[in-house]
Amino acid sequence: MAINKLTVSMSPHDYGKDSVKKIMYGVVIAMVPALLVSIYYFGLDAIRVNLIAIASCVFFEWLIQKLFLKGKLSVVDGSAIVTGMLLAFNVPSNLPWWIIVIGALVAVGIGKMTFGGLGNNPFNPALVGRVFLLISFPVQMTSWPVVKVLNFAMTDAQTGATPLAIVKEGIKNGQSFSSIMDTMPHFYSDAFMGHIGGSLGEISAIALIIGGLYMLFRKIITWHIPVSILGTVAIFAAIMHGVNPAKFADPAFHLLTGGMLLGAIFMATDMVTSPMSKKGMIIYGVSIGIITFLIRTWGAYPEGMSFAILIMNAFVPLINRGFKPGRFGEKIKK
Amino acid sequence: MEIILNTLISLSLLGVVLAVILYIVAQKFKVVEDPRIDAAAAFTPGANCGGCGYPGCRGFAEACVKADSLDGLFCPAGGNETMKNIAEVLGMVAEEKEPQIAVVRCNGSHDKRRKTTNFDGPSSCAVSNTLYGGDTDCPYGCLGLGDCVVACTFDAIFIDEESGLPMVDEEKCTSCGACVKACPKSIIEIRNKGKKSRRIYVSCINKDKGAEAKRACNSACIACNKCVKACAYDAITIENFCAYIDFEKCKLCRKCVSECPTGAILELNFPPRKESAVQKEAKVTETE
Amino acid sequence: MLKTFPKGGVHPKENKFSAGKPIEKIELPKQVSIPVSQHIGAPSEPVVAKGDTVKAGQLIAKSTGFVSANIHSSVSGKVLKIDKVLDTSGYKQTCIIIDVEGDEWMESIDRSAEIKNNIDISAEEIKNKVAACGIVGLGGATFPTHVKMSVPPGKTCNHLVINAVECEPYLTADHQIMMERAEEIMIGCKLIQKAIGAGKVLIGIENNKPDAIRHMSETAKKFDNIEVHALKVQYPQGGEKQLIKAVLNREVPSGGLPIDVGCVVQNVGTAYAVYEAVQKNKPLFERVVTVTGKSVKKPSNILARIGTPINMLIEAAGGLPEDTGKIVNGGPMMGKAVSTDTVPVTKGTSGVLIFPQDSATRPENFNCIRCGRCASACPMGLEPYLLKNMTVVKMYEELQAQHALDCMECGSCAFTCPAGIPLLDYIRLGKANLNKILRAKKS
Repeated sequence: MAINKLTVSMSPHDYGKDSVKKIMYGVVIAMVPALLVSIYYFGLDAIRVNLIAIASCVFFEWLIQKLFLKGKLSVVDGSAIVTGMLLAFNVPSNLPWWIIVIGALVAVGIGKMTFGGLGNNPFNPALVGRVFLLISFPVQMTSWPVVKVLNFAMTDAQTGATPLAIVKEGIKNGQSFSSIMDTMPHFYSDAFMGHIGGSLGEISAIALIIGGLYMLFRKIITWHIPVSILGTVAIFAAIMHGVNPAKFADPAFHLLTGGMLLGAIFMATDMVTSPMSKKGMIIYGVSIGIITFLIRTWGAYPEGMSFAILIMNAFVPLINRGFKPGRFGEKIKK
Repeated sequence: MEIILNTLISLSLLGVVLAVILYIVAQKFKVVEDPRIDAAAAFTPGANCGGCGYPGCRGFAEACVKADSLDGLFCPAGGNETMKNIAEVLGMVAEEKEPQIAVVRCNGSHDKRRKTTNFDGPSSCAVSNTLYGGDTDCPYGCLGLGDCVVACTFDAIFIDEESGLPMVDEEKCTSCGACVKACPKSIIEIRNKGKKSRRIYVSCINKDKGAEAKRACNSACIACNKCVKACAYDAITIENFCAYIDFEKCKLCRKCVSECPTGAILELNFPPRKESAVQKEAKVTETE
Repeated sequence: MLKTFPKGGVHPKENKFSAGKPIEKIELPKQVSIPVSQHIGAPSEPVVAKGDTVKAGQLIAKSTGFVSANIHSSVSGKVLKIDKVLDTSGYKQTCIIIDVEGDEWMESIDRSAEIKNNIDISAEEIKNKVAACGIVGLGGATFPTHVKMSVPPGKTCNHLVINAVECEPYLTADHQIMMERAEEIMIGCKLIQKAIGAGKVLIGIENNKPDAIRHMSETAKKFDNIEVHALKVQYPQGGEKQLIKAVLNREVPSGGLPIDVGCVVQNVGTAYAVYEAVQKNKPLFERVVTVTGKSVKKPSNILARIGTPINMLIEAAGGLPEDTGKIVNGGPMMGKAVSTDTVPVTKGTSGVLIFPQDSATRPENFNCIRCGRCASACPMGLEPYLLKNMTVVKMYEELQAQHALDCMECGSCAFTCPAGIPLLDYIRLGKANLNKILRAKKS
């Protein structure tokens, strides 16, 4: 019997079932609950922002790849969709379309493709885009529409500040934390479900946690980064709140506001821009937690998650170098 | 106003202090260098190909300056001209060398050498070579995955799509030898360029017996000895079932080329052959 | 909680199709080609010439050094020629080609089925016999057994660890030997134990073979100082260092050998071969080979003579399937793909695996997304992505500082990589080049 031309390759000949594509679409699926919540509270605007962000991210990635980079098209791997969704999650729902497009161009063009595309970018692209917008268009980026359940009329909604900004402003003006919280009754349950002002994806704690659990289950992320970030912030907040309850917000408030969960679960865990080893991940997470807390408490901006993640992204190569996985048989001297 | 003044004063003070520090550091760590190194390095091609055996062109210039004579020092990329210029700067004599070029000693194109397996792996000859003999039956021949192309800093070698073999661009090749080192099968050889770039070489390095070599590749050298007999200058030797033409001895008479039954001996840049009497006769009988 | 090794590891799908299939003998081939290099170390030197008649079990190639092994004829017949033949290494190697005539064995071989369990020879004699019979590690690495049995001066060995893990997916040869030859294996263990002076024999078996664990534990009761340890299923538990860690919780130092922690590891198949060599005077010229694959009609465990072309084995397992895309000599994680189906069975052939066309090629390739899964899958705690990148940019010497030589090429990194990057291909190349540099430095 004639045999087919055999394939010859090096071992292993068996492969795991996971692929980059599956991971990326897994992240997209994990973001769906938060997306649904945003549609529930922000109406058609949420869909509009998401569609514009995703479409422009995919388009810019395709365009840049086509024009400047050689090699096969990488748009299909789904990373542009993840970037687009994360960018949309990080902006207010009433953002004009052209600002979103600029954000996408910066995110994909500067944040990702200048470094050579997926896997080569030192900074989280969505955050690069978000921070660029935050600095360039501070007014549009910080006027969040007040949430209205199932409001599908695309009218100019009333805008307001996020709880984090309200508290920061209030404390600055000499009010005590508890008296500020009195102005926002049911705050904790609202924040848990998503009935608070803020960017598209950051409002609902429960939706983000569901997404995070899904990613843990699919082994897309490990617990190290989210737990170390949230744990650090909670511990610091608890200490400060314990010292001076009037001036410092309590841990639960910190964890539920200002994109803390979105950042810890979806953005700090971005594989490309986070450390490789478990030890490194914990160092990275703890540092993000500390920097976020410092910015929130003493910095000029009410929220510090994006900046903290970007700052620590820059340290990732150093962390990778300094915190290697423990080797087998290294402890015992020969 | 006061702010501007303060700023100006503090900045200028800072500038002065830093300038002083820089000056002191520059003086303290000054490296005294032979100015001839710069002069010699200016004549090198600057490609840092490593063909001379020194780390980069500057390294070579340094070696030239330190050496007592230029014997054994040669820049293959720049050739005789570079060496002459360097010799002039240093007041030494550079020995003239015959220009050389890289030749690919495998002629097993896709149509002559059947693929028997599919190699599935990274496009790297070195990796494929650690795995097995290659995707054809000839374990000596070109793997066609282009390690030589990657190694070449002059863009002088490329894989021909039709044949799957590397081709050397004569204009660009500087005979630096980077491809020779990169080839895991040691197929590429640096040979004399020859008069008017005319060269004759055996384009095969297989070490198998004739029959076996022929089975794997139609243009393999089968060590039939015909070329050895045809050569009037003793330039051809057969070792390990493969012929080799010594380019120092070869007089480019092309007799071996027409003798070779498999077409393993290649001639390059020769004018078209005048038909010999025998061939003419053969043609006449064919047409009849 | 079942024991296992703590660091890294992966879970490939087991696919043990041929489990429980009895070991069968197949008809003798018409011709065998026996490579002179079937082991790690120096190739042996042929001691027969063209035209000689040989019997099964006759020495045909002599070992050429301490780390080398004798090779014996697996059939009776006439030596046709000594020539270069494509073997499982992917290159042409010197082989002794024998035309088979009848099946006459050397008179010294005891062919009776009776089990000889009295051990009446000295440790030195055991070692000599093992060396004379050309026994090598049958797990696949083919390291000469007598070398492993020689405990270097100044070291003591208190445990003999028997590797019956068979962590490679698909393969069932060791499993089946344990089911059919448990008593002989125990005697083999006792022999090795005596030769190396070990106090205890520990047999590690993965939990996916409960019948083997039961059967071996039953049999072990008849002997003293033999323990069977059930282990959690995890690849690569069959690696020496991982196995010692799992069974004894001792960690072999980086760059060290098992003897540094007072252990010697032997494969269960090797133990059986030692029994046959010492008690029955039978050199190693046949071994159990698993022939299996998703589309193979009759996955089997076949007792094959060394030198048999693998297509005969495939024929016995129901023939080569139509959709064959790849044939692998060994297991799917560490085995070697062969370029034709005529390569001979060697001492290291633990399995012949047939992959259908659709699973023969590599998964789709993406950019590295730095997920770090390769690093967390590496049982040695290395960083495969770093080793690969260093090899690509030819920083071979830096590989040493990253402990590339600790890598045992288990393939966990490439298995787990979601981007389908050929990590191990490059790491192998880097290791080969690093070794070259180190050798050049030494001399």
